[in-house]
Amino acid sequence: MSSPLWTYRMALGAAVAALTVATALAGTVGPGDVEIVDDSAIPASLTGVAGDPVAGKDVFTGRKLGNCLACHQVSSLMDEQQFHGEVAPPLDGVADRYSEGELRLQVVNSKVINEDTLMPAFYRVEGLNRVNEKFEGKTILTAQQVEDVVAYLQTLKE
Amino acid sequence: MMKKTVGLGVAASVVLAGGLAVAELREGYVYFEPSSEEHPLDEIISGREFRDDATRALQEDDFENPGFLSLEEGEELWSTVDGSENKSCESCHGDVAEGMAGVGSTYPKLMAQGGKTTLTNIENQINTCRTERMGAEAYKYDKPQLTGLTVLIKNVDRGEPVNVSTEGDYESWFKKGEELYYTRVGQLDMSCAHCHEEHYGEYIRADHLSQGQTNGFPTYRFKWQGMGSLHRRFSGCMKNIRGVPYAKGSDEFLALELYTAWRGQGLPVETPSVRN
Ligand code: HEC
Ligand code: HEC
Repeated sequence: MSSPLWTYRMALGAAVAALTVATALAGTVGPGDVEIVDDSAIPASLTGVAGDPVAGKDVFTGRKLGNCLACHQVSSLMDEQQFHGEVAPPLDGVADRYSEGELRLQVVNSKVINEDTLMPAFYRVEGLNRVNEKFEGKTILTAQQVEDVVAYLQTLKE
Repeated sequence: MMKKTVGLGVAASVVLAGGLAVAELREGYVYFEPSSEEHPLDEIISGREFRDDATRALQEDDFENPGFLSLEEGEELWSTVDGSENKSCESCHGDVAEGMAGVGSTYPKLMAQGGKTTLTNIENQINTCRTERMGAEAYKYDKPQLTGLTVLIKNVDRGEPVNVSTEGDYESWFKKGEELYYTRVGQLDMSCAHCHEEHYGEYIRADHLSQGQTNGFPTYRFKWQGMGSLHRRFSGCMKNIRGVPYAKGSDEFLALELYTAWRGQGLPVETPSVRN
């Protein structure tokens, strides 16, 4: 595990998990229980429900959801979305470069791969500092939204 | 302090109040050499350089720049008697251009406040004079009166290079500010450095990221439809990453103010600047 501050496999106890995913459906993996393989991928779905790439695109572009375009560019979205960010790599062809499990880890917590990254961890609650109370104990995206975004990313082929 | 211009296509040149020739560049920008070898940046650039032509032109025009309305408010207050001691700022400090020369560019500073020496910015110093010397009430942070007087005092030094102290008794404040600058905060888990050190010059959605320099504050901002202090801006940046900001005027923000001022050591004071 690259970050010494916290680890996913740590037995977090029910407290955090219960607090964080009050809305979790049976079968949904809480942010403290995600199974990361070799620090490089999360092969298993977080919900067991297949991701929907159409819903995933809305999560990807939604400013109050993933807001992924704040930092990344996607050529196929240029016509419908103004102002793509430049602070992170373009995602064209990302599905050719990474497996589904690698994409899932990148969205869930890219700090496992690169400790210094500016990319937020979209499915994580612990190890954060001075979180606004509106978001305290909440993940940025729900487990199903993560699955939907991963499904959308898998459509980005060149 | 060396001044350089980078980029292509110098269109025209203007001269700032302090006599600095500034190249007006569409693609390029003006930059300064860092103040020391340990400086984390290899070029120091004012936030002005990242704004569009119209915004910069507005800042440069003392008649059109809306920040001057705030300055005028400060000017009026400067000579207005207030508080139980029947004094105005002018009673003790005289003409602002003389009494406040060399002040705005050197703050925050260690000053006596409530019987102890502590890091103080212009806003806090104004309130110290009001409460301890005039028998008047402190102004709330970002109230037009406090902002107006701050703009007035900083503007006296417009064109002067930012020159804050960081050594001796300042060192612990400086280190604290540095630590805050590099600490990740909020649900989005970012530090100031992620945006303003690693990615300045790039776009984050529609925002052109600057180095987060402080030399233009207080600033007139279109988004605010009014003036705002540096601590208001710090607060906004922390809220944008879904964090809990420190209080305006707090020791944390003062330490951050000192540290960020040092990151822009040598930049000309531009108060009142205009931002989008
Ligand atoms: C997510 C990116 C991001 C982070 C993190 C961030 N800022 Fe900013 N900041 C911005 C943007 C965008 C602006 C407006 C455009 C610009 O000047 O960069 C801005 C503007 C500023 C400005 C005004 C600069 C000027 O010349 O008008 C200051 C000062 C500043 N930030 C300081 C900070 C400090 C201190 C922190 C850490 C507590 C911080 N910022 C964290 C994005 C960020
Ligand atoms: C009764 C006299 C008095 C009045 C009235 C007064 N001040 Fe002061 N002011 C002082 C003194 C004395 C100092 C120096 C304090 C020190 O060195 O610790 C000072 C320092 C300052 C400084 C810092 C100057 C520097 O060189 O660092 C600023 C800024 C300032 N005053 C602003 C104001 C403003 C604005 C007002 C009106 C709201 C005001 N003062 C009213 C006596 C006064």
